[in-house]
Amino acid sequence: MAETDRTFFDYLVYVSENHSPLDFMLVADHIDKFFYGTLLTIEITLLALLIGGVMAIPLAIARAYRHRWWNGPIFGFTYFFRGTPLLVQTYLVYYGLAQFDFVRESFLWGPILSSPWWCALITFSLNTAAYTTEFLRGAIENTAKGEIEAARACGMSPARMMRRIVLPSAFRRALPAYSNEVIFMLHSSVVLSTITLQDILGVGRWLNGRYYLAYEGFITAMLFYMALVFIISRGFRIWEQHWLGHLRARTTVEG
Amino acid sequence: MMKKKLTLLGLAGLLALVTGTATAGDPLRVGVEGAYPPFSWKEADGSLKGFDIDMSMEVCKRLNRECVLVEQEWDGMIPALLAKKFDTIIASMSITEERKKKIDFTVKYYNTPAKLVAKKDAGFDGTAAGLNGKRLGVQRATTHQCSAEKLFPGAELALYATQEEVWQDLAAGRLDAQLSDSLQAYEGFLALDAGQGFDFLGDAIDDIECQGVGAGFAVRKEDTALRDALSQIILDIRADGTYKTMNDKYFAVDIYGN
Repeated sequence: MAETDRTFFDYLVYVSENHSPLDFMLVADHIDKFFYGTLLTIEITLLALLIGGVMAIPLAIARAYRHRWWNGPIFGFTYFFRGTPLLVQTYLVYYGLAQFDFVRESFLWGPILSSPWWCALITFSLNTAAYTTEFLRGAIENTAKGEIEAARACGMSPARMMRRIVLPSAFRRALPAYSNEVIFMLHSSVVLSTITLQDILGVGRWLNGRYYLAYEGFITAMLFYMALVFIISRGFRIWEQHWLGHLRARTTVEG
Repeated sequence: MMKKKLTLLGLAGLLALVTGTATAGDPLRVGVEGAYPPFSWKEADGSLKGFDIDMSMEVCKRLNRECVLVEQEWDGMIPALLAKKFDTIIASMSITEERKKKIDFTVKYYNTPAKLVAKKDAGFDGTAAGLNGKRLGVQRATTHQCSAEKLFPGAELALYATQEEVWQDLAAGRLDAQLSDSLQAYEGFLALDAGQGFDFLGDAIDDIECQGVGAGFAVRKEDTALRDALSQIILDIRADGTYKTMNDKYFAVDIYGN
């Protein structure tokens, strides 16, 4: 009697709980949390890349042309952020700053430094700015001599040459390295879950904490990260075809 | 004569290595946390101290086995036990139905209630309505995570890896309140300098479904012999007065509970 009363849904729940290696019905119940987590992961990663990327352009130019005053401090900045783990940097900003009374009493505490979201965004932006500065500097330094001579011969001012010739060319050549930086940043964003933010991993850890099911939470989180990386690398491939098309081997059409 | 004994010992050792089964002489690997004073904490020199650690040592002594303390971050405790990284968890883990689906427990070795902690002049009370929209901190994968989600659904939940991080953020003013074991809250925060200006908010949490029936040692489900041996040892320690000595070293009240 009881057997026949059971609906197909009850049956699915039963199989999922007792016979499946992964309790997929439990994951399905909480899948909305994973989507919210994905939004947070994307939000902070994208904003940090945007802020860090914009910061990196003047910093990279100053580094590439060995600016008398700025080169040293900028090198110190990139050396520090590239030489230490992001997790430690985030802890330093989130837990470290909170220790000092003058920080907690400052006007920055209420709106910004007390919020894990802002602490993460600041640290991530500085971190990605440091990496982007260095490889953009490399790309600027490697601009072909001929391009610069041609620009000068046309009578371009240094500022116009930078805007019209050097930067566009450097951006194109830095693009493959930048796609790595974007994926690294996405992977590093798991640090968010250590300062109470419910990003994708945060939701996985929540599920583990609530139901003591480690596989369910972490495998689901992994699938979400894989999907994001797939989208990012696809996007960059299209972008590279568009921007670096002139570097591809030419195919000739047989007449 | 001496040599013969040594040879025999060597053979016995080899046999134990080859068969690899747990005999009385094997060390007992105990999973502990080390970030939950006064039950367990880490000294500057790296040694572990606390009520749970004393309890582990006493249990190993009575089992006549050497103790190997294995430190494990809290939210990986149960997976690590199942992966056989250690044989038992002695880390103030509450006995709950949800956990019993995965692992087994001894009888309880202490039972203290959970309570909210907030600023003294918090301006809200410890009810679901009072905590609505407030930022509530709990340690991840604890009974308090379960209770917080159930009893205070309107609160904005912040999950931490260790209880010490919860105290840090409460003291820093990032949290409006936190939920944890009342005894740990008193000894590990309210009695310290950092906890001045804070106090318990409301009465003890009444939620047996989430909070369980006290803390026990956890073992894998198949290790019933170990579970029964450990349960008996807890009852013996309680009966012969050793419990009182250990209890009084850390606490002013008897934490065994009713």
